[in-house]
This record gives sequence, C-alpha cells and structure tokens, in this order.
Amino acid sequence: MSNLVATNLDMVFSLPDETAVHALEDVNFTLKKGELLAVLGPSGCGKTTLLNIIAGFLHPTGGSITLGGNIIEKPGVDRGMVFQQGALFEWLTVADNVNFGLRMKNAEQSEIVERVEEWLEIVGLQGFGDTPTYQLSGGMQQRVALARCLINNPDLILMDEPLGALDALTREKMQSLVLKIWKETGKTIMIITHSVEEALLLGERLFVMAPRPGRLHKEYRLPFSEMGLTGDPREIKNDDKFVETREEILEMIWNMEEEIMGKVESN
Amino acid sequence: MTIVGVLYVILAAMLVWSIIHGQKVIRTERTDAVFGNPIRTMGGWHWVICGVSSLMLFWLTFSWDAGKAFFPEAANELCQVAKLNRAVKPIRSAYPLDNRYLLSTRLLERDFRQIDLLYVRLSGADFNSDDREELNDIINLMRDALAAQADSKFISPDTEGRFKEIADRINRVADDLLDEGYPGPADPKLLEEALAQPGWGESSTEIPPLPKSDRGRGFDAAAVVMEQIAKDYGKIRNDSPHITSMIEEIKSRIDGFVIDDSGSEHTIERRAELLKQIEKISKRVDDLKIFPAQITDEVEAALINLENAMDTRQGPLKMVDTWAMPGGSILAGNNACSEQGSGRWLPKPSDTLATFLHMANPDQGYKGFPLLWFKMKPVAEMVGFLTPNWITVLIPGEHARHNDLGQIEPSFKDKVYNIATGNFNSFSIPVPTGHIWDSIMRVLAGLFLGILLGVPLGIFMGLSRFVKGFFDPLIELYRPIPPLAWAPLILTIFGIQDDGKIFLLFMVAFAIMVISARTGATGTQLSKIHAAHSLGASNRQIIRQVILPNSLPEILTGIRISIGVCWGTLVAAEMLAGTTGIGFVENVARKQSDYEIIWMTIIVMGLLGLIFDMIMRFVIDKAIPWRGKG
Ligand SMILES: Nc1ncnc2c1ncn2[C@@H]1O[C@H](COP(=O)(O)OP(=O)(O)OP(=O)(O)O)[C@@H](O)[C@H]1O
Ligand SMILES: [Mg+2]
Repeated sequence: MSNLVATNLDMVFSLPDETAVHALEDVNFTLKKGELLAVLGPSGCGKTTLLNIIAGFLHPTGGSITLGGNIIEKPGVDRGMVFQQGALFEWLTVADNVNFGLRMKNAEQSEIVERVEEWLEIVGLQGFGDTPTYQLSGGMQQRVALARCLINNPDLILMDEPLGALDALTREKMQSLVLKIWKETGKTIMIITHSVEEALLLGERLFVMAPRPGRLHKEYRLPFSEMGLTGDPREIKNDDKFVETREEILEMIWNMEEEIMGKVESN
Repeated sequence: MTIVGVLYVILAAMLVWSIIHGQKVIRTERTDAVFGNPIRTMGGWHWVICGVSSLMLFWLTFSWDAGKAFFPEAANELCQVAKLNRAVKPIRSAYPLDNRYLLSTRLLERDFRQIDLLYVRLSGADFNSDDREELNDIINLMRDALAAQADSKFISPDTEGRFKEIADRINRVADDLLDEGYPGPADPKLLEEALAQPGWGESSTEIPPLPKSDRGRGFDAAAVVMEQIAKDYGKIRNDSPHITSMIEEIKSRIDGFVIDDSGSEHTIERRAELLKQIEKISKRVDDLKIFPAQITDEVEAALINLENAMDTRQGPLKMVDTWAMPGGSILAGNNACSEQGSGRWLPKPSDTLATFLHMANPDQGYKGFPLLWFKMKPVAEMVGFLTPNWITVLIPGEHARHNDLGQIEPSFKDKVYNIATGNFNSFSIPVPTGHIWDSIMRVLAGLFLGILLGVPLGIFMGLSRFVKGFFDPLIELYRPIPPLAWAPLILTIFGIQDDGKIFLLFMVAFAIMVISARTGATGTQLSKIHAAHSLGASNRQIIRQVILPNSLPEILTGIRISIGVCWGTLVAAEMLAGTTGIGFVENVARKQSDYEIIWMTIIVMGLLGLIFDMIMRFVIDKAIPWRGKG
C-alpha cells in the first residue's frame, strides 16, 4: 500500500529581491503502486520542482506529500533518482557506481558482487564493471545511472528527463529498457520528459502541466505502454489514437507557450 | 680537447639535429591536428633537447667555459695585450680615440665655463668699484692665459719637440710589435717560471700573468716601454715664456689684493670666498695642460698606428677574444689579470660542477654539514622522539624504589618509561641528513601540516555557512600578506631553527589548501549530491565519498602550487636566519661573493623544484584521470 499521495501541494520560491515565484499551485494526485506516470509540460512549469519535492530535496510551502502514508521530509533510499546527465561519480568505476548504495549501508561484499553482476546484465553492461565511467558513451552512462538507482530496490523511481541527451536510436532502446524494467519489477515510476511521443509511449498515466503558476492541467490514461511491452514501438506511433492524442497534447502545450509569450510581451 | 670541448661539440650537434628533426615533425603536424587542439603539445621531446642544448650552449659560451676548453692559452696572451692596453690608456684617453673630445678641448671648455661663472659672481658681490675693477682685470687675465695656451703662436719649440718625441717613441713600439722577433729570445729562466704557472682558472690568480708565448712576450715588453712613454707624456707642460709670465702676473696680483674689511661680517666673508674661488680657478690655469689642437695630431696618428700594429700582431687572437670570450674581455690590473664581463659573474659549468662535487662529498659539505648524505641513528632515539612520555602515566603500578641493599629492580612502568624516552639499547639505521635534506623536510613538514588542517577546513567552509563566515576574515586577511613579511615575527616566536620555518611554510600551504579545497567543495554538482542522498548516503559519507573525491583535482592543484610557493618561501627564510639548508648555503656564499656556490645552489633549487613538480604532475595524472574528460 505504498501509494504516493499529493494533497494541495504549493511551492513558492522567495527570491532575494523580495519577489516570489509560484512554482506549484494546488497540486493533487495519487500515484498507485506499480503505476508508470509520465509528466509533460512547457519549460519552467514546475516539473523538476515537483520531482524534487517528492525526492525530499525541497519542502513544499503548502500542502503535504506522503509515500505509503508517511510524510516525505528528506531524501531516502525508498525513492531512487535518475538525472538527465547521469550524475555519475566519475572517480569510480562502473561497478563502484552501481554498488554505491549498497556500500553506503555496508552490505556484505559477496552480496555486492552478486547484485552488481545481476544489474549490469539487466542493463546490458556485462563486462564493463571495471571501466571508468568517463570512458562510457552517453547511453551507457544513463544505463549505469539506472542500475545504480535500481540496485537499491526503491519503491518509487523518479526520472528527470533521463533520456533527453541521447540520440534517437539509443533513446528508443532505453525506452524499451525502462518498460522492461517496469514490467519485470513492478515498480512505481515517475518520468519527466520533454518529448510528447516518449510520454505517450511510456506513460500508463500522463500529466500535462501548465505554467505560471505550475499546476496539473490535464490527465490521460493511456494504453500504449502495455502495447509497447509486446508490440513494435514504431507501429504504435502510427496508431490512429496515438497520433490523435499526440496532436492534441502538442496543440495544448503550444497554446500554453503562446500564452506565456503573450504575457511576457504584455508585461 | 677537454671534456667541456667534447660536450660543446655534442651539444651543438644535438641542437642542429633537434631543429632538423623538429622541422620534419612540423611538416607532418600540419596533417594530424588543427591549431588549438591540445594534442599538438603532446610529445615533442626533441624540442626539449633543443631547449636544453641551447641553454647549455649559451651557458658554456657566455661563461667562457667553451673558450677556455678550446683556447686554454688565449687568456694568458690576452692578459699581455691587456697590459699594453692598460699602459697606453693614459695617453689614449687624452685623444678622441676612447673619448669624444680631445683632453685639451674638454679642459678648455670646463675652465671657460668656470670663468664665466666668476664674472657673474663678481657682478653680484659687494665690492667697492676699485676692487671690482681689479678683480675683473685678474679674471680677464686668466681668460687670456687660457686662450694663449690654445694658441699655436705661443707654443714653445721645446714643447713641440717633446710631442714629436713621444709620437716617435710610440711609432717605434708599433714597429717593434710588427717584428715577429721582438723582443728577442726569451730568458730561459723567466720562460721556465712562466710555463710553471698554473693554467687559466686553476688557481686563485685566475689568469697566469707572466707571458708564455712569443706573442705574449712581445706585448709584455711593449707594455713596459709604453708605461715609461706614458709617464713622460704626463710630464709635458705648455710652459712657453709668454704663458708663464702671464701666470706670474695673475699670481702676484691675486696675492697683492687686499680684501676691503668694511661692512658686515657676512659681507666680508662673501668677499673672501669669491677671492678663494678666483684663486682656485687660477691654479687650474696654471696646470698648463692645454695645448693647441694641431700639435697633438702626430701623437694621435702614432696611437692609431699602434692600434693597427696591435691588431696585426694579435692576429687570430682578436677573433678568439670576440668568440670565446663574449660579453666582456680580459682586463689587466696592477699585478694580475682577471676576467671582466659575463665570464666573471657567470661561473663556468665545469667549475660549478667541481664545486658541487666538492661539496657533495660528505666529508667536505658546507660549513661542516653535508649537502645530502646519511648518518647512523639509533632506533631508540627515534622511538623516544615519537612516543609521548605521558603514556607511562597510563601504565598501572609504581616506579621502582631501591631496596635495603641499594638495588633497584625496575618495574614494568619503568621499562615503559625507558622506551618512551628512548633509553634502551638498539641497533642504528641510516637516516638522511644534510642541507638539501633539511630544506626538503621543512617543505614537506609545512606542506603536510597545511594539507592536514587546510583541506578539512576548506571543505567545511564550502559546506557550512557558519564555518565559512567565521574563518573567512582570518584567512582572507592573512593570505594576501607576502609570507616573508611574517618571517621576522614568526622566527622570533618559534625560533630560527626548524619550528619557525615549518610554521611559516604551514601558513603558506594552509591558505592555499583552504582555498583550493573550498573551491573544490563548492564546485560539486548538486545532482551528484542529490544522487548520493537518494542512494542512502549519510552526511559523513557524502563528504568522504562524494565531495572529497570531487574536490581532488582542486586539492592536488593546490598542493602543486603550495609546493612551489613553499619552496620559494623556505629558501628566502633560510637566507634570513638559520644554520642549515640550501638557502643558508646561498646566503653564506653571497656574503663571500662566491659565484660558483651561488650558481650551484640556484641550480640545485631549480632541479629540486622541477622534481617536486614532476612528481605532482605524475600524481595528478594517476589520481584524477577523468580530469577534462567529463
Ligand atoms: N531554487 C529556485 N529558486 C527560485 N526559483 C526557482 C528555483 N527552482 C525553480 N525555480 C522556478 O520555479 C519554476 C519551475 O522550475 P522547474 O525547474 O521546476 O521547471 P521545469 O518544469 O523543470 O522546467 P524544464 O522543463 O525547463 O526543466 C521556474 O520558473 C523557475 O524559475
Ligand atoms: Mg526541469
């Protein structure tokens, strides 16, 4: 019963020059265990802020957020993070990056070795254990980040544009990997993305957020992630419903951006 | 050819080779990388050879070591030439050969200027009209006497004859010099004595002064003759009857002048003063050292003749002087010759090496202390130094007391105490010692303390608002002060030996380490810290596992900078005070103007700094291979 529940979340950043940025306003949602949520929205609408609150790096200025009934107060191993640039520890090898969480809680050496092997295999990096991370390609680095997060067996996985810096082909492969992991481990996943297609392909649920102040604008329930587990993603992208939804969301975000521009100009 | 000669040739060959090789590489470089790509600076060790050999060639050449190697006898011959130059100097300097103007012209100009000044002073002085007129007449007379000396009308035939004689004698010396046989066969005894002299640079008389070669004897003999000519030339006076009678009149009228003693004391004093000035200038007029310009022509021609003869007789020696002894020449003094110019203050590499080898010999050392050696030290001493004595307090039991028989049975506590104070028998192990070792240990100790305290403080300053705010003023205030400005204070407080210097170096290293560790800590990417938090790391683990390794590049760069600055500070501090260390050696050598030792210490310091830096470069490459690749 480890649901993520946000009630009336409010986040206001007070700047040193006495002005305030309303990053989130009255955000309410419940994310059930095992759901895959994609979050879309124009730049600056508070996606990262929301994720940081869930991760425990920020405290909301209003409302509350609970995971499995407990209020989130600080970062914890029950919530794993994957960042856009990987944020790997470049002074460590691939294996030492992956087992970082285990070492932090002083796990048995034998267990560490075993689990690292296991996870390197899942993300397709067998044999790279002793490689320094700075020698890896962007896609490989992101897979290391994924393994490093998942080896800790978190209840909730938070990803902030994890695939944003990858080329199209690697990106597709990584999307299947995320779906595969989701299916096999049954984890709750929240993924922020800038790509509408990616959001549609991965998200079982999809939030579209609106800016100024940041809020949930619209929610979708989508069948494509289930289809993607078995089918060919390229065929799904040609599905009529997929195309229709994509156009609708693009239109929506486009309008939001227009509105922002208008606001800026009228200022 | 000597070792230096061989080395010179090898270096020259290496220089040429490296340039040719470098040209070839440049041709391929055009294809392998664009300008700005750092790859272009990789490799290139042939340029290192080029640089090192140019430097060595420069040193060998300008210290005249190469000249000495290729022309070991040149200095002795040039010494004889210098003797003749020295002998002819008094005459030459009166002619526009070494100077811009004739001596007579210069004297005349000076004296006329003084006389003009006298007129001005007279017009401002407080004399009655008779006295004023009389003084004006005297000055006019002085003026006329000077003009008469410059006038060829009044020159006496006797003086003219003397000039002619001097010119003839100089010409004779020139002719003699041109004669290869001059001055005849050598006196075997003198020659033997000359040949027995130590060679160039082999003794404290730098250059053997007695002539060894025929050419040398020629110049030596000519110098003796020339000295007499110069003396006779100096005695010539422009003393024609017309001029001497004028001088007599000036003298008698000055003597006959009575100072009017009316008016204030001050006025009288001023009058006396002016009269004294007039008398002084009249003595200059009486020098009779001014001659008509035409009369000097013959001597001048003779001097030029002599100069040409000297050049001819020197022959190839002239080239040797230019090429083997650049930046100076050999100069003759009263009874010895010496190197002047770069050969003097730039010690020869061979001499420097010899000095170094001499001092490197542990029995010699410098001021009774070797440069770098080892000594046997009992282990007990070191154990005693390292173990704090108070640990005996922690041992249970009592110290022993003597019994009725006067015997003392040491207790366990006593035994521990003996170990803690190093009071036990042990074998000895070799421990390094010496000036260089002392300097290195001071740097390392200061650096070690600086890192030990500076890195943690720097990291906490990067993490905590309180620590940053509290320590910032302290560090920022003392950091910009040059470390040597602290030296007098610190050496007084901590003593001029190791403690003071180590503390000084600690201060230097500490500030640098704090700042670099702080920069490293604040430069940690937030996402890495976030990642570590979500992976369950505690605050301590984040410092140890994320912030510290992430700051490593800055910390290592800080260490590298610290070593350089510490090294510089130490040497300066050792020059201020102390009895050991490489800076101390240089300081003593400086007081004794021992250029070879100064040069040697400079090179040793440079090399040690280089070694430190190369070690650091190696460590940096090994410890942070990810640098610049993120
Ligand atoms: N630490 C902060 N201090 C002040 N304002 C902030 C801070 N962090 C975010 N903001 C503001 O909050 C708003 C939301 O920022 P956020 O980073 O969550 O946007 P985002 O949706 O993640 O944008 P993007 O898609 O470009 O990453 C922005 O207007 C931003 O300027
Ligand atoms: Mg963002």
